[in-house]
Amino acid sequence: MDLMVILSDAGRGALGPVAAIYALAAVGLNIHFGYTGLLNFGHVAFMLVGAYGVAVTVAVYDGPLWLGALVGLIGAGLLALLLGLPTLRLRADYLAIATIAAGEVLRIVFNAGFAQPVTGGVYGLQQFAGAFYAVNPIPSGSYGLGPLSFTQRDVWVMLVGWGAVALAALGLFLLVHSPWGRVLRAIREDEEAVRSLGKNVYGYKIQSLVLGGLIGAAGGILLAVDAQSVTPNTFNPVVTFYLYTLLILGGAGTVLGPVLGSVLFWFLLSFADSALRQAIGAGYVSPQVIEPADVGALRFALVGLGLVLLLVFRPEGILGNRAEMRLEAGAAGTPRRPRRRPPNQVSGRIKEEAGQ
Amino acid sequence: MTPREALAGVAAVPGAAKPDPHLVVDAVRRDFGGMRAVDVEHLEVQRGVITGLIGPNGAGKTTLFNVLTGFDRADSGHWAFDGRNASGLPAHRLARRGMVRTFQLTRVLSRLTVLENMKLAAVGQRGERFGPALLRPLWSAQEARVERHADELLTRFRLAAKRDDYAGYLSGGQRKLLEMARALMVDPALVLLDEPMAGVNPALRQDLLGHITDLRDAGRTVLFVEHDMDVVMTISDWVVCMAEGRIIAEGPPAAVAGNRAVIDAYLGSRHDEPEFREGR
Ligand SMILES: Nc1ncnc2c1ncn2[C@@H]1O[C@H](COP(=O)(O)OP(=O)(O)O)[C@@H](O)[C@H]1O
Ligand SMILES: [Mg+2]
Repeated sequence: MDLMVILSDAGRGALGPVAAIYALAAVGLNIHFGYTGLLNFGHVAFMLVGAYGVAVTVAVYDGPLWLGALVGLIGAGLLALLLGLPTLRLRADYLAIATIAAGEVLRIVFNAGFAQPVTGGVYGLQQFAGAFYAVNPIPSGSYGLGPLSFTQRDVWVMLVGWGAVALAALGLFLLVHSPWGRVLRAIREDEEAVRSLGKNVYGYKIQSLVLGGLIGAAGGILLAVDAQSVTPNTFNPVVTFYLYTLLILGGAGTVLGPVLGSVLFWFLLSFADSALRQAIGAGYVSPQVIEPADVGALRFALVGLGLVLLLVFRPEGILGNRAEMRLEAGAAGTPRRPRRRPPNQVSGRIKEEAGQ
Repeated sequence: MTPREALAGVAAVPGAAKPDPHLVVDAVRRDFGGMRAVDVEHLEVQRGVITGLIGPNGAGKTTLFNVLTGFDRADSGHWAFDGRNASGLPAHRLARRGMVRTFQLTRVLSRLTVLENMKLAAVGQRGERFGPALLRPLWSAQEARVERHADELLTRFRLAAKRDDYAGYLSGGQRKLLEMARALMVDPALVLLDEPMAGVNPALRQDLLGHITDLRDAGRTVLFVEHDMDVVMTISDWVVCMAEGRIIAEGPPAAVAGNRAVIDAYLGSRHDEPEFREGR
């Protein structure tokens, strides 16, 4: 059993293209759920639309790759409007139902025989991102430290992927620290109050849904480009729940929460996977107890256990704010960690306490 | 002649016309199932004065507020604010036109700081639009002005020390103060306060009373719901009494206090239990 191998597998998981893809998609979900309080349980639908926008435009209609990306983004924007316009005036659960249904309907329709000429049906579409790899500026070779290495192809995807994540996080940082972001956070708390102060809550919720959907679609585009292949069953509902998992792990409603969450999630998952395989290979675990074929499922059980423990001890996620979390849970009382107290008041308070 | 003096010549009968009405309500009805919660034939609210709205629990006061401010729909009827039709308009449009309400059960935004609660309420903020939001220089000067104004109000409402705490950690009375201060950030012409004193300790009550009369003295119109007769009688310039959805009496405080129909309405029902439900 080689710890170096396990660690480098875990590192590859944490930094690799898939972690970047999930981080990007989760930034979008964070806008919905973390900042606006929208219950979107079908985020994978936006990823599917983004991915197929690229695949169909290039593989079926011979369009250029950039046009495919644009088609994917426009499709996701339209999907957000389609889902949001009828439901966002209603109670929060209507959006939840509509999104979860949309994800499944799209997956099933893209799988169907009648859609095969366009979507490739169950076989999906392949080899449409050649143009992306043709412009890879990274010289061929192997990059990394010791056993933790990436091909030039991976490095190129990672560069673009993490670059997109950084851009999205920067944009989100600017937005949430603006009055626009303040309105979103207020809507998350109590939309009636926000309405009473003259804000068009419906309009803001639509904006949030579209923006988060576009970022989700960008994740889907990256997924398609990385895999050079799309099949409908890649986009099953569980993807949305991984996104929720890593978002809550990192800290929902924080700018870097989804990014850190994705890195950690894929680190843990790859770690568990590699450690189990190594343990079986080295004979520490009898193949009669765990067969190599079971590892895929078992690693999720281990990661799940880890997450349960984390949430018991840190329910606000790694970057979340505990004083804020306690409010969400409905607890009242005095904050243990008041935020951003101006210096003069801090000293005033200390003096007060010292005087007592 | 001040708006208050102008009321002197108004007859103390339900539906009486006012010399300078800010809000005019006509034939507004709201039914819940078989029950008619609001059934207001005609009501005028005089500009620039404090009008107290009283009535036993379940009289329909909150429902009337909800309907007038666009938080609930009327089954029929229409109403005008500042001479312009206001019926059927969405709540945020009415608020922007200067008709702002507070809630019987306070609605502070818990996971925003007290200061953020205040700043949120300022109107016409450039940074609240998606594009400019990304470019701080486009809105930072306005934000600084908004913050100064918010700080002034917080000081006036004695919440300055709480400015950077989450609003969710405020006490019940402080929440009432914050809600009123926040409504002022919208710079309303007409303020509708739904039980601003409910659950507030006596010391804060005096503060709140002062703030309500300050609103009037600053030229705003106030329509407020209150159960405590003493409070209503001391600060109101005009009192309207509702029972079972209808306006049963209105007039100067003294006239309404001695009105037979009002006494019967109160004696005929128990009105002292606190309410735990926000009527919508
Ligand atoms: N959303 C609702 N659904 C059904 N009945 C309601 C609703 N809101 C209020 N009511 C009823 O309408 C009547 C008036 O309530 P409300 O306006 O809250 O009275 P008040 O504020 O004068 O105490 C009450 O009988 C109440 O039970
Ligand atoms: Mg009420």
